[in-house]
Amino acid sequence: MSDTVETATAAPGTPPEKTPAPAGALERLRRPRTYLWLVGSVLLLAFPFYLDRFWLQAGLFAMAAAIGAIGINLLTGATGQLSMGHAFFLAVGAYSYCVLAGESSTENGHALTGLGLPTWLAAILAVLLAGVAGGVFSPIAGRLRGAYLGIATLALIFIGQHVLFNAGSLTGGFNGRPVPPLSVFGFTFDDTEVLVAAVPFQSSEKLWYVALLALLLSGLFARGVLRGRPGRALNAIRDHRIAAGVMGVPVARYRAGVFVLSSMYAGLAGVLLALVFQRTVPEYFGMILSLEYLAMIVIGGLGSVAGAVVGAAFVSLMPQVLTHYSDSLPLVSAPGTGGLAPGEASRYLYGAAVVAVVLFLPGGLTRLKKPGEKK
Amino acid sequence: MTTFIELLLGGLSIGSVYALIALGFVVIFKATEVVNFAHASLLLAGGYVTAVLHDDIGFWPALGVGIAGAAVVGAGVEFFVMRRYRGSDHSVLAIVTIGVDIILVTELTRRMGTDVMALGDPWGDDVVTIGGVTLAETRIAAFLVAGLLITVFLLAFRFTSWGVSMRAAAENPQTAALMGIKLGRVSLSAWAVAGALAAVAALFLTVFPTPGLERATSLAALKAFPAAILGGLDSTTGALAGGLIVGVTESLATGYQSDLSFLGRGIGDLAPYLVMVIVLLVRPAGLFGTKELARV
Repeated sequence: MSDTVETATAAPGTPPEKTPAPAGALERLRRPRTYLWLVGSVLLLAFPFYLDRFWLQAGLFAMAAAIGAIGINLLTGATGQLSMGHAFFLAVGAYSYCVLAGESSTENGHALTGLGLPTWLAAILAVLLAGVAGGVFSPIAGRLRGAYLGIATLALIFIGQHVLFNAGSLTGGFNGRPVPPLSVFGFTFDDTEVLVAAVPFQSSEKLWYVALLALLLSGLFARGVLRGRPGRALNAIRDHRIAAGVMGVPVARYRAGVFVLSSMYAGLAGVLLALVFQRTVPEYFGMILSLEYLAMIVIGGLGSVAGAVVGAAFVSLMPQVLTHYSDSLPLVSAPGTGGLAPGEASRYLYGAAVVAVVLFLPGGLTRLKKPGEKK
Repeated sequence: MTTFIELLLGGLSIGSVYALIALGFVVIFKATEVVNFAHASLLLAGGYVTAVLHDDIGFWPALGVGIAGAAVVGAGVEFFVMRRYRGSDHSVLAIVTIGVDIILVTELTRRMGTDVMALGDPWGDDVVTIGGVTLAETRIAAFLVAGLLITVFLLAFRFTSWGVSMRAAAENPQTAALMGIKLGRVSLSAWAVAGALAAVAALFLTVFPTPGLERATSLAALKAFPAAILGGLDSTTGALAGGLIVGVTESLATGYQSDLSFLGRGIGDLAPYLVMVIVLLVRPAGLFGTKELARV
């Protein structure tokens, strides 16, 4: 295989973390990386106390996107299965949560069906349902490879859009439907203010910790998958499917499995996004969303959890940053004033970033700092 | 019955346009093994150039410039992006074309705004009625032009030295290179041809009865993907068959929409993808695609 793939699979930078515990503890204290993590976690935990709602929302989007990106990186990055249908599974997650947790109601003349389950249960079931949707698609996913799979999954987007617009009683059609706020053990993550250390906590502040926890858990789980036996099997399938099969990797089972797993990640991301948006609309879950997720993992780095997170932060924070500073940036101006709208500017930037990263930094942004590693 | 024939003929005509797009897609895939997700943006580029110029220099010259422009854009993408990639993973290259597509589509839609641009074609909304069956002139023109171009292309593919080198490169790039075929030139010409075909398709996707060139045109162009896939990505015959199947399916599903109302509104846009999924379930390599045989 090519040298780029080689470095991605071997990932020589990572093994030190797996050194045995006694020597590792001291070793870790000496590495700058440990402190970076420490400072990073403190910052992430402290953000809700200092940032305003705009940036918290942006951060929440980024975290939800990161979870989805981890999912598609397992599938496309680690296993080499191109999927354009990620947005569909996000939609399954988001809408399942709404249907399961919402109460039956009428809105704008639309009757909305809702099962009224406890919201935490609905969230879990929504993730499982996204997995089931992935499993239902596995007869296709297990048979097709490469470009065929990519375009077949494109069908999911169009099927999804069709259902979202037409199944009015479940999805609310064009106008979407409201998202019931999450509540766990009687604590509701909605806009009622709670004072924590003299800082009023609203939905974004509260959800911040939910998202952080979800991201941490899903990141650790994916890392476990990638570093263990399944991860090696997935990489083997990507690098040489037939050789992997000959060596005893149950290729079909793993491919179906990773498809289901990645759909579940998408489902979780969808639930979080719905909670942040507080309203789900079908237009959001279109093809552009799928393309954004592919852009994320290419920019961040294919096949690693860190790559997915970095890429997700890059792609989803960019429009927000550009919007916020559109006054002071050259070329960019508010939408409708003739200049480059922030949304467009960010699309140029990440389109160009995808091209530039593949051509000049085949490992993605997360491998930026180790040029010596390449060959 | 008349409705059925009208829908069938209309479907065949729009299907031949899809076949034109799918053909370019297949040519790029054969020559370089890259799935070009930027194809819709090539089409949009060709259509945009024609739409902008037709007022000043007349329709036919504008169309010529549009075709040449799309070919140049295609060749440019190959020369400045695809050729610079040093790895060997073709699915990564496919994602690169997505990046290119994002840039091109953003630029073109920003220029278009919410306008619906006319391409200034000479047919207008004239219709021809033969034995009770009414057809738009544009549809007939589309069918004839697409048929002609596809024939010319297939003949060239078969008999000219360009076609031979293209097929040799598709068959076995290393051997072809050793025989003195310049692979760079082959893939450059593949991209240019694909761009040119897409520009012609852009004309027929935007003439009557569709309102004109707009943002949504790239969505229509996307239907060439299921066409190419269900025919088989590496088969020119497949592109042809796939295009016609997609066109007819779409036309019939749209025409009989009221009878299919239990499936929801806008089933016509969905039908090509459903057909694709069903075909792929039965034949994972498409109707005419070569099944991959691997030697270990």
